[in-house]
Amino acid sequence: MERVNPISYPDHSKRRILKEKIFLGLVIALSAITVSPIILIISKLVIKGVKQFSFDFIFKTTPNTYEAMTAVASGENIPGGVLNGISGTLLMVAAAALIAIPLGITSGVFLYENQGKRLANLVRNVSDILQGVPSIVLGLISYMWIVKHITHGFSALAGSVSLSIMMVPMIVRSTEETLKMIPNSIKEAALALGVPYYKVIIKVLIPTGFSGMLTGILLAISRVIGETAPLMLTALGSTMVNWDITQPTSALPLLVWEFYNDPNMVDLIWSTSLLLMVIVLIFNLVSKKIAKSRQ
Amino acid sequence: MNSDKITKIVLVSVSFLILLIAGGMVFSLVSGAIPSFKEFGFSFITSKEWNPTEGRENYSALPFIAGTLMTSVTALLIALPLSFATSLFLGEYYRNTKIATILGTMVDLLAGIPSIVYGLWGFYVLRPIMVDLGLGNQGFGVFTAGLILSIMIIPYATSLSNEIIAMVPNDLKEAAYSLGATRLEVTLSVTVPAARSGIFAGYILAFGRALGETMAVTMLIGNSNLIPDNLFSSGNTMASVIANQFGEADGLKLSSLIAIALLLFVITGIINGVGKYIIKKFD
Repeated sequence: MERVNPISYPDHSKRRILKEKIFLGLVIALSAITVSPIILIISKLVIKGVKQFSFDFIFKTTPNTYEAMTAVASGENIPGGVLNGISGTLLMVAAAALIAIPLGITSGVFLYENQGKRLANLVRNVSDILQGVPSIVLGLISYMWIVKHITHGFSALAGSVSLSIMMVPMIVRSTEETLKMIPNSIKEAALALGVPYYKVIIKVLIPTGFSGMLTGILLAISRVIGETAPLMLTALGSTMVNWDITQPTSALPLLVWEFYNDPNMVDLIWSTSLLLMVIVLIFNLVSKKIAKSRQ
Repeated sequence: MNSDKITKIVLVSVSFLILLIAGGMVFSLVSGAIPSFKEFGFSFITSKEWNPTEGRENYSALPFIAGTLMTSVTALLIALPLSFATSLFLGEYYRNTKIATILGTMVDLLAGIPSIVYGLWGFYVLRPIMVDLGLGNQGFGVFTAGLILSIMIIPYATSLSNEIIAMVPNDLKEAAYSLGATRLEVTLSVTVPAARSGIFAGYILAFGRALGETMAVTMLIGNSNLIPDNLFSSGNTMASVIANQFGEADGLKLSSLIAIALLLFVITGIINGVGKYIIKKFD
């Protein structure tokens, strides 16, 4: 159609559309670069790690350097496995969860019940700050508290305490957020029936918000399973399976670190990391799945 | 006393425990750091030397503060364009599509990878590339550490800015579209300005993460106790020096490491506080 407008404007539309296309291309390309590491890392772990996977890998403890060296020299797979790491991770993460879950949920309920109050705001802010504290600092703290004064030596308990301080803020937040979404009428209905306050919390609030809290707990667990730095300062490591919480204990990430530092054990790095990744991802995906089924 | 009162007391006292833990942390760090501060005074953050030789012991946090800032800023600069593009992909261009869900899950998974696995990958995959390029000290150095850090912090920056970008009201965008603006023009002159403080807060929180990351940096930065001359020289960050030197530390050295932990605690606390404050103001 002919232009009716007597004043003629320069037509930039082609250039604008071209710009638009270039920008979209850039967004797609940069996004692809952003997520490429996840594919590269997982494929590297699978390719290099799978060959060490065996029955022994899960059910035997770590070999010593000499055994590893002779096996590598004769071209065999390194004997032994990472049972001490699996048991140690299980022990420390379970103990950390045991400390963090009651503390986190109770504080989350407190924050929910006292919206806008000063003490609650303070607790919320402090919990947020705790969440940002680098894990190595928490390790150092746990060393100063538990290793020096309670277990008088490196111990699983010290490791658990540092991990639990990491977990608490995440659980507090997810508990509060979940409870906030529960309609007030449910709570009021229970209170109107004369149900005591603590029963309302235990029988109404927590069951209603259970899946949301579970999501937060699983996510917190998946975060701390891979933590290495605080455990180096607290749990130290061990070549044996140890269930005594006052003794030095190994963990999967600690084993990765040990293998990394021992040239003879290099072959075990990838399989151990792969196992660690698989466990972390399972927790991660399960929590996402639960979160999704809630909506 | 009735059960309601007991319940309230239990709730308050358990929550108080959180304050107690935080207070105890500050107290322990400060009291652990005092011997070092007493010995070195202000030169703990101004002198350039970290020297554990007996008799001439001198500990300063400056090389590690420099290393921390250099790696974190490098990481932030690399992460900026990548996470900006990804959050536009997720929150604007492909919002609510299948491809965005997949991409979003992958970004989340990036946040789930343990630091030590990033370190391994950096050591065995990135470092050889740096060696081939002739960069860094055998591939180690500030830049290599910053590069791996950038991958680690991208999820933090992305998830927040993507959420905020997706929240920008449609009316605003539609108004601009109705004036004949292209999608790019709408994005850059309406969506992003409307979401800017959220995006900014995301980067601040990501920066806070980068400051405290330990394992991956420890494995890639080259571990020297000098102020890095340039992006490709080796160094140490505040977190990595604690991880490296803690094993053999006691006395004045341990106290100095605790002092570094205190500095790190304060710096990350401030950075996170600022980030959270911006988010709160934005809400």
